[in-house]
Amino acid sequence: MKILVPVKRVVDFNIKPRVKSDGSGVETAGLKMSMNPFDEIAVEEAVRLREKGIASEVVVVSIGVQQAQETLRTAMAMGADRALLVLSEESPEPLAVAKVLMKLVEKEQPHLVILGKQAIDDDMNATGQMLAGLLGWAQATFVSKIEIAENRARVHREIDGGLEELSLKLPAVITADLRLNEPRYATLPNIMKAKKKPIETLNAADLGVDMMPRLQILSVAEPANKKACVLVESVSELVEKLRNEAKVL
Amino acid sequence: MTEENINDSERESLIYDVVIVGGGPAGLAAAIRLRQLSSEISVCVIEKGSEIGAHIVSGAVIEPRALAELLPDWQKQGAPLETPVTTEEMFYLTPTGQMRIPMLDKVMPYLANHGNYVVSLGALCRWLATQAEALCVDIFPGFAGADVIIEKNRVVGIRTGDMGIGRDGKHKPDFQPGVDLRAHYTLFAEGCRGSLTKKIIAHYGLNQGADPQTYGLGIKEVWEIPAENHRPGLVQHSFGWPMDDRTYGGAWLYHFGKNLVSYGFVVGLDYTNPWLSPFEEMQRVKLHPVFRRSLERGRRIAYGARALSEGGLQCIPRLTFPGGALIGDSAGFLNVPKIKGTHTAMKSGMLAAEAVADAYATQRVEPATFTDRVRHSWLWQELHAVRNIRPAFARFGMRAGALYAALDTMVFKGRAPWTLHFRHADHETLRAASLCQKPFYPKPDGTLTFDRLSSVFLSATHHEEDQPVHLCLKSSSLWKTVNWDVFKAPETRYCPAGVYEVLDEEKAPTLHINAQNCVHCKTCDIKDPTQNITWTVPEGGNGPNYPVGM
Amino acid sequence: MTALVLLDHENGHIKKAALSAVTAAADLGEVHGLVVGDASVAQAAASIAGVTRVLHAQGAAYEHFLAEPLASLIVSLASQYDHIIAAANAVGRNVLPRVAALLDVQPIPDVVAVIEKDTFIRPIYAGNALATVRSTDAKKVLTIRGVAFDAAATQGGSATIENVADEKGTEADFSRFEAVHLTDSKRPDLEAARVVVSGGRGMQSEEKFHILDPLADILGAAIGASRAAVDAGFVSNECQIGQTGRIVAPELYMAFGISGAIQHLAGMKDSRVIVAVNKDPEAPIFQAADYGMVADLFDVVPQLVTALTKS
Repeated sequence: MKILVPVKRVVDFNIKPRVKSDGSGVETAGLKMSMNPFDEIAVEEAVRLREKGIASEVVVVSIGVQQAQETLRTAMAMGADRALLVLSEESPEPLAVAKVLMKLVEKEQPHLVILGKQAIDDDMNATGQMLAGLLGWAQATFVSKIEIAENRARVHREIDGGLEELSLKLPAVITADLRLNEPRYATLPNIMKAKKKPIETLNAADLGVDMMPRLQILSVAEPANKKACVLVESVSELVEKLRNEAKVL
Repeated sequence: MTEENINDSERESLIYDVVIVGGGPAGLAAAIRLRQLSSEISVCVIEKGSEIGAHIVSGAVIEPRALAELLPDWQKQGAPLETPVTTEEMFYLTPTGQMRIPMLDKVMPYLANHGNYVVSLGALCRWLATQAEALCVDIFPGFAGADVIIEKNRVVGIRTGDMGIGRDGKHKPDFQPGVDLRAHYTLFAEGCRGSLTKKIIAHYGLNQGADPQTYGLGIKEVWEIPAENHRPGLVQHSFGWPMDDRTYGGAWLYHFGKNLVSYGFVVGLDYTNPWLSPFEEMQRVKLHPVFRRSLERGRRIAYGARALSEGGLQCIPRLTFPGGALIGDSAGFLNVPKIKGTHTAMKSGMLAAEAVADAYATQRVEPATFTDRVRHSWLWQELHAVRNIRPAFARFGMRAGALYAALDTMVFKGRAPWTLHFRHADHETLRAASLCQKPFYPKPDGTLTFDRLSSVFLSATHHEEDQPVHLCLKSSSLWKTVNWDVFKAPETRYCPAGVYEVLDEEKAPTLHINAQNCVHCKTCDIKDPTQNITWTVPEGGNGPNYPVGM
Repeated sequence: MTALVLLDHENGHIKKAALSAVTAAADLGEVHGLVVGDASVAQAAASIAGVTRVLHAQGAAYEHFLAEPLASLIVSLASQYDHIIAAANAVGRNVLPRVAALLDVQPIPDVVAVIEKDTFIRPIYAGNALATVRSTDAKKVLTIRGVAFDAAATQGGSATIENVADEKGTEADFSRFEAVHLTDSKRPDLEAARVVVSGGRGMQSEEKFHILDPLADILGAAIGASRAAVDAGFVSNECQIGQTGRIVAPELYMAFGISGAIQHLAGMKDSRVIVAVNKDPEAPIFQAADYGMVADLFDVVPQLVTALTKS
């Protein structure tokens, strides 16, 4: 079984992003970039499935600028076997990404695609579902456990207030939630080995996918500062305000 | 230290000819020079930051002399030296006013910045790393040197830190043992007060005969200001207020890049008043009209801090030992009066590289020619000429020190027939809290001045929480009887990241260590009065994530 | 302009987040509701204020809101609608992107404000920035953040109910529901809780931390903690809220004895209403709070329990 794992290069999760002073977007220049943390979990899960002998090959793919190859190297240092880099503008929309991935699925014929549930930059939380829709495959989002048996995947999904167990017909698309696993550290020897693993570079345009964004970003702003705190004198005043003013009780 | 006891079957090792610990200007310059000298010498650089530049903090105005020697076509290759110094001003501050020092180029010629550039040292290091990689240097960010491997009294490499150890010291499921990086030669380029450098100095007694090193703590912010207020290339420094006459320190403010301003403050860590808070000094100096002018209506976008070596020539230890050398600020090659250390760090790295290549070719264990190469270079001349200035401030105070400095410079031209020495290490200088006055620090206003925690937030520092505390307090009873009873917990004030906190002050004071806040400045390792705190490396890749601009 | 809103439900009740989606949809034009499952829910949907028509699909395939049949159903109905809307909850986030892909539309998730029929505001970078985006797609597919819109009234409407079916979508064997495990503790999950009651170092000890339990019981709240409280060993680190812990955005966040270190604020600042109780009037938590009380939490908490029990 082959597993395809799409990964995205994003501003590192430790860095608080800053809105550009002209409001045209978020400043990313000069910031540390890393693999989207949910994608790291997806890579880890795929590598574990290969280590258990369930998967035979783990192929990672990234769609974006040339520097995304660093992200692919990280994924290969974690254990992915080879990588595809599809060159495009930075941060294409999920619809375009899903279409590119559909082309790659046709080319690579994986049985399973595992992705992070969302990227921590645009927080779209859509690519996996969209890919599944385009392919006409089963989907499971927000997954915290995967077991593969008899051409089906049994998964735990995190839903409001608990867990849901589903059985998916393969091939399928699964998106990883935080609790699926703890990704491993890339060790120095594995980083050295990853330098020798192949990265195949493609162009989004050559795949015949329309990458034009459908959403125009009109402006980006920092959230407004909260209004000043109302100091209350007594518990009864607090309860009254929460009930009648804030309407949360 | 690890002495020939490697029997851990899990542990892997990688072998290089030269391993360099630290991806700052010294380490990267050494790596580049080594590969320029011989394409046969395999070189790797490890860096504890999550990427090259992640832990770099500097002003910085740099002199491109060493860079031009290392990479003569640096301009063509796009080195990020984009803002030439255009105007330079030095101010003596009083609480509300200032005096601009006239004839700066005569009084403080070492400060002349003609031909120098305001840069982000983090950006320069990132660029140097790409140059090094183009020469096939292996660069491994995210790996901390946790220990030195010494066999038969020769340094034969370093061991990277284990990953995935819990706070309780037990292995977590993702445990990965560190890797041994073995090498013929190991260069320590950790910057000021490197944790491995400290072990090496102690093991080989490298500081015998040298003065005790004296340090400073630099705290920096990067601001983005309105374009109409931006004067690229403006370089300002100050001394005087708010430091008293016994305390060495001053501010800088540089306009650079695209509407960016670098602002910062350095305090000599030989200060005596335990109530002094370098962080709050740096905050309040922004309120002085000289600096307020530039920062008003701007927004702060980055924050960081780092200790630096201020001792100069008298404090430089023996530079080499069997199997390696100390370079850059690990050795203390900073030129304090000049307020510059990048060119000296790079030069020392280049000279060490030459010594190592020579030792490699002649199969000698110690790259001993490094010391001679330093002595016959401009690096030595430069540091020798200013050697008396910083100790004069330490000995005579700020005003008399400044007079002495002018005398030493203008009359003796740096060739005075004597050398002033440092008498005390910085951890010995504090006076009892009860004998000292508390400075008044205004409350942060949230626009120009800020509190510690919101500042630390901007450093983007991150530490895996479930790991052993990397700031080791040897004795908590010693902390109570000395730090608390005598000095009233100076670490809560000198730490620019709010790592140290006293709990239950009234009944049973204890020291709480918020190791996750640490920005790796090393001040606690330097200033703790009984050297009771030891800074060790946390998991590789942890620590601040400084953006380009720092 | 007509919008179709997916009205997901639990135990026979339409979810509050779906009612908020109705409110958002009302800004865009006429609102039709889509209900899958029990007829009684369709009845309830018909009386939601502002809903003019309810589309009702029955069938076992929809029982657990599985994405594949539900998306197929919505796509089969989509031709009549300009906007297709659902709550930004586990159901909406799962289903709507699939719908969007099948319609060749880029979805707009987590809308917090409607500016125009094609222009919306949504948070990015974990709420650290708000993007105003305009869709150039002919149809817009949106999920709506519940906390950003009031819930539509469940009474006052009188919509017609129309039965719909989509055989195509229910035939294929994609995914099969196996089981659901709802968190059996009476405490909800931190991330999912409507109310979070949280304690800091001011709680003083592990023992005293339990003073929050009765309050959390009454409010049906999850219990959180600041890093300082976790570091001090009062609670386990699963409770930690902050930049390095869990990030929560409940309707009501109550902070007791929490100073408000910026790392903590990063984990809860998006909560709709923040209440802070702290002895120190200078505590930074008050800058983030909507309501503050400078008082000893050990006095306030029992009083709150009494006041809330009475009502």
